[in-house]
Amino acid sequence: MSMTAFQALNGLTFAALLFVVASGFTLIFGLMSIVNLAHGALYLFGGYLALTAAMHGANFFVAVVIAALALAIAGLVIDRALLRFVKGFELRQVLLTLGVAFMLNDLALVIWGGDTFTVPVPELMQGAFRVGGLAYPRYRLFVLVFGVLIFAGLWLLLNKTRLGALIRAGVDDAEMVDAMGIDIKRVFVYTFMLGAALAGIGGALGGAFLSLYPTADSEILVYSLAVVIIGGRGSLAGAAIGALFVGMLATFGQVWFPELAYFVIFGPMAILLAFRPLGLFGRAA
Amino acid sequence: MKRAAMVAACLAAMAFVPALLPGYNTTLVTEMLIFATLAMSIDILAGYAGRTPLCHGAIFGVATYVVLYYASVAGGNVWVGVLLGIAAGTLTAVVFALLAIRTSGVYFLLLTLAMGMIIWGICLRWTSVTGGENGIRGTVKPEWLADQARFYYFVLVVTALTTAAMWRFVSSPFGLTLRGIKESESRMRALGYNVSLHLFIGFTVSGFFAAIAGALYAFYNSFVSPSTVALGQSVEGLLMAIVGGVGTLFGAFIGSVVIIALENFVSLYTERWSMVMGAVFILAMIFAPEGILGKIYSLLARRREARAAPLSKSSTATGS
Repeated sequence: MSMTAFQALNGLTFAALLFVVASGFTLIFGLMSIVNLAHGALYLFGGYLALTAAMHGANFFVAVVIAALALAIAGLVIDRALLRFVKGFELRQVLLTLGVAFMLNDLALVIWGGDTFTVPVPELMQGAFRVGGLAYPRYRLFVLVFGVLIFAGLWLLLNKTRLGALIRAGVDDAEMVDAMGIDIKRVFVYTFMLGAALAGIGGALGGAFLSLYPTADSEILVYSLAVVIIGGRGSLAGAAIGALFVGMLATFGQVWFPELAYFVIFGPMAILLAFRPLGLFGRAA
Repeated sequence: MKRAAMVAACLAAMAFVPALLPGYNTTLVTEMLIFATLAMSIDILAGYAGRTPLCHGAIFGVATYVVLYYASVAGGNVWVGVLLGIAAGTLTAVVFALLAIRTSGVYFLLLTLAMGMIIWGICLRWTSVTGGENGIRGTVKPEWLADQARFYYFVLVVTALTTAAMWRFVSSPFGLTLRGIKESESRMRALGYNVSLHLFIGFTVSGFFAAIAGALYAFYNSFVSPSTVALGQSVEGLLMAIVGGVGTLFGAFIGSVVIIALENFVSLYTERWSMVMGAVFILAMIFAPEGILGKIYSLLARRREARAAPLSKSSTATGS
């Protein structure tokens, strides 16, 4: 099997993980205009919680659900207890979430320490999957499938349900939705919880193949930023394409220019943003 | 005149620091001065041009890296290293500025954050030059500055000069155009100003001063590692500017004193500085986004208004 095909699969599976994390980020950004810089910390917490659950004998999928639920609650708390005080001030919101990120990161360091952990993968997904001379870790393929499922689920949610219609309407014009007698605040809260839960799921999934360590949060945050900036705020398709772009660049960049891997990802992003400040699929807010 | 007297009084008071607060405390005040310069450079963009940057830690750190690399690893002359460091930091700012000036608001913040992360990633991975996680260690401070008090005076003089230069810059007609851009970009454009060019120059000047602070930090710390260029550094600098009062310039001194004093105080009892810093950030955003000096200014303005109010009332009475 050629090295390139292997790397392309690596890029694809990394992109799937990035999509799961960044979709939550872009939903919150698109609807609420909040750039949640605590998203990386939420990812890290999701991973650590799944790890703890798995250590206590929980099934992998149960651990993922636990992470998602716990993070949804964390999202509720952050939104209701802190963000509501700075509603409407874009910059203050961002900087507040930055403060939350620092606190959560330090809290994780207190609870789980500075060592590197990996969430244990269920037996079913251990080992390699073989198709004609091609051997590839089963778990990574599972993440790929999972990412596609999340995309499909979110697409259905946004396009086929009432809540989805409200979220889409809110992205376009929150005030108008409010004026029509719909409690947009509740939609905001649900979206924030959903976004946080997606970060938690991403942490649990990523914790099993990228492993968890204290600076993993800022790394995944910056990747998500790149995805959302490239794809444009609030766009699911944009997040998917952005994730593919960043996932591939990150994987091949690390192989070809290991010392400049960061530059390979963020160089194109910076140049793109300089010419299309709202991203590929972004619309002016 | 009044302002000149105040500045002279402040400088005179600062001159007694080594006598009044000897030993470690002098070193601490030296650090406060260095970081005040960094915070002021951030304030040029955040407070005057209305663009909040999260990349100044990287610009600052690039200067530190270059000074330490040139003077310690490559064995060159220290002062040449300082010039190279400032040039490298300013050049970094130029590149950042070229890409970032087209954006505003959160996008500016995010783009500068991402660019800062590129620098961090390079410093972490380019181990053959930067030493990776281990960083670069080396006492590059010239011998005549080895004495604590003397080094303090050196930093004090440099800071006084950079502060005067930055004050001159933001209160110049050019600085006023930056303020105009903050208030309304479209109006400035309609008035015929080249907004992008003005922002570019503003960004570059801001980066230049951040680089000076970074070069001083190389003297101060004799060590640099990726954490010097990390997001945390940019955030701490921004926090100082915000706590002091964005758009006040001198607030940066209050901010850096408060934050560094707090950092040292907290470190006595616990290692949880990061958590405290996060909490300060959250509280500042909720309760005091205008900062300490900003609050004082607005209180003074209100008092002045109250004193002026009866006068204006009588004048309208005579008018009617």
